[in-house]
Amino acid sequence: MFTRNFSLLCAIAMTTTGPSFAQENTGEAEVPRTVAALPDTIGKFEERMPPAAPVSSATITADIDPANAQFGVGQPATEEDIASINIDVMPDGRGLPPGQGTYAEGKAVYSQSCAACHGEDLEGIKEIGAPKLIGGRGSLTDAKPVKTVESYWPYASTLFDYVHRAMPMDSPGSLSANEVYAVSAYILGRAGIIGDDAVLEAKSMAKIKMPNADGFVSDPRPDVTAAK
Amino acid sequence: MSKSGRFPESRYGPAERHMAESLVEIERQMLSEPPQEEECECKEGMFSGLTRRNLLAGGLALGGAAFTAGHAAADAPPGAFEYDVQPDPTKEQGRTILDDGGYGSRSQFENEVRWRYPTASLDSSWSMTPLASGQGIITPSGLHFERHHGGIPAIDPATHELVLHGMVDKPMRFTMGDIMRLPAVSRIHFIECSGNGLTEWAEPTLKTVQGTHGLTSTSEWTGVRLSTLLEMVGVSDGAAWILAEGEDAAVMTRSVPIDKAMDDAIVVYAQNGEALRPEQGYPLRLLLPGYEGNTHIKWLRRLEISDKPFMTREETSKYTDLMPDGKARQFSLAMEAKSVITFPSGAMKLPRPGFYEITGLAWSGRGKIAKVEVSTDGGATWREAALDGAVLPKSHTRFRTPWIWTGEEAVLQSRTVDETGYVQPTLSELVAVRGLNSVYHLNAIQSWHIGTNGEVTNVHA
Repeated sequence: MFTRNFSLLCAIAMTTTGPSFAQENTGEAEVPRTVAALPDTIGKFEERMPPAAPVSSATITADIDPANAQFGVGQPATEEDIASINIDVMPDGRGLPPGQGTYAEGKAVYSQSCAACHGEDLEGIKEIGAPKLIGGRGSLTDAKPVKTVESYWPYASTLFDYVHRAMPMDSPGSLSANEVYAVSAYILGRAGIIGDDAVLEAKSMAKIKMPNADGFVSDPRPDVTAAK
Repeated sequence: MSKSGRFPESRYGPAERHMAESLVEIERQMLSEPPQEEECECKEGMFSGLTRRNLLAGGLALGGAAFTAGHAAADAPPGAFEYDVQPDPTKEQGRTILDDGGYGSRSQFENEVRWRYPTASLDSSWSMTPLASGQGIITPSGLHFERHHGGIPAIDPATHELVLHGMVDKPMRFTMGDIMRLPAVSRIHFIECSGNGLTEWAEPTLKTVQGTHGLTSTSEWTGVRLSTLLEMVGVSDGAAWILAEGEDAAVMTRSVPIDKAMDDAIVVYAQNGEALRPEQGYPLRLLLPGYEGNTHIKWLRRLEISDKPFMTREETSKYTDLMPDGKARQFSLAMEAKSVITFPSGAMKLPRPGFYEITGLAWSGRGKIAKVEVSTDGGATWREAALDGAVLPKSHTRFRTPWIWTGEEAVLQSRTVDETGYVQPTLSELVAVRGLNSVYHLNAIQSWHIGTNGEVTNVHA
């Protein structure tokens, strides 16, 4: 009985969708809204309308059982749904896309897309907040450690992942997989971590051992005992 | 105009030319935005309760160009309108109700604002909460500190979705409508950036408590427990970490231990009784009570369940703590207990000897605050302060204690103990273990020096 009532409520909610939610269902190409309108007024006293009851996107609402985390809410994510945003890359190479790139190709990509901020020589431009990318090996115990991809980053996968998702600053996420492989090959080549004849693709990327791969430890806190 | 013509190779290197062209393009895009002030004038009638004068002030307060062209600047602080100040408010009617459009605004005589630390990049920067003017434990949403890695996106909640996938039985996607249909919780928690205080390791650097401690704020957050969503998708055996990903230009990502996700993590859509502010992740952010701020992924679009951490940029090259032996600590997630006196605090001046109530905030990422002690002699002697109002786990807690300033030099300090028994350390105790290059997680006792002239300065004592 309980379950049936819930289904009924959902069904009612589905049929009374407001305009903003109906948009997705009709599939009509509408101009994206840029602001919300003020709530409509209703009745003799011109009260403001309350917000529309939130609408579940679920198409199947038969098995509603809140005690077992079944709310008739949400919908299955298809492989396509996931693939379009599943861009992360892990240290063991999981997530690396097909493609490949060379040092020479990467040099051109770097010059075109990276050098304006990170400098012609990968030295960084402090005034605009772009960090130095190479150098600094052996400096981590110095008074002024130099933390770069070369000296500090523990995994090559992080370089690929970050450049792919967030670089370059003026056009984030715009580089193709080939371009990211290539510019990774160039940066890691300039860092002396791989040769300048290396071709980077998923397999070779996952095999790279970074100089500071063993430089990280887990959180030992609380580590400081205060004198009382 | 051809690129080579505008910035010839004889005078510009490739890097300079690229930057110059980018700037020209940005300016071109800005100039090609159609001007909007005419449209606003002709539609004045649509704001029935709003006077023209308020519109002018409001446009300015929002920083918009729409209302400002050709008009005198109003002087009201952000979030306020400039109204006529009556010589005697008892002798004439006050302004009419809803005069500000129905959302409300603060007094034109209140002026506290967030302050941006002068980083090189405006896109990747942070702003700090004015703790010195704060009252109680809640931070006004408009003064909550900010940290962005790729600017603040404007996202329509009608099109926003959250996808859960990876090591789950049933990958799912949720609209905002879906999320708001699920059982909700409201909790009061602080968020503190692990970089709070990073300028203060070696020597006293910033002058005010906003600068030294302003990367912490407390709000009431409302949303769905992450455990509810995880139960809906069914987490597979062997799952240990979750990647949380935002929909900003940084596509910001952090890995979160699944135990935390199942414990008290919340996927929140509301802050202090209304929808999240855009700079706080509208329409949806992750809230990991007590964890360092950057893990509370804003503009949340994806959660991927996995067996291992993803080792993203923000948990390897950044937000890791370099120790004197050259090793760096990783996944230092909980913010340890900390306190600071907010009154009196840096750059204030006590007008004369007399009675002052010392007050401040204490918080711990491991639970409730158990005790706050205050010293007025640089830590030689301590007395317990009163905890005022709600004492909640992983929340700012207000402390107060009376003090009579005699006019002599004094050094004010606060020291907190949390419910785990952890005692807030001195800076020298912290530095003795961690050195000076760890950047993050400075939670040492703060010292404020009171000069004989009443001036309050940031010192290491």
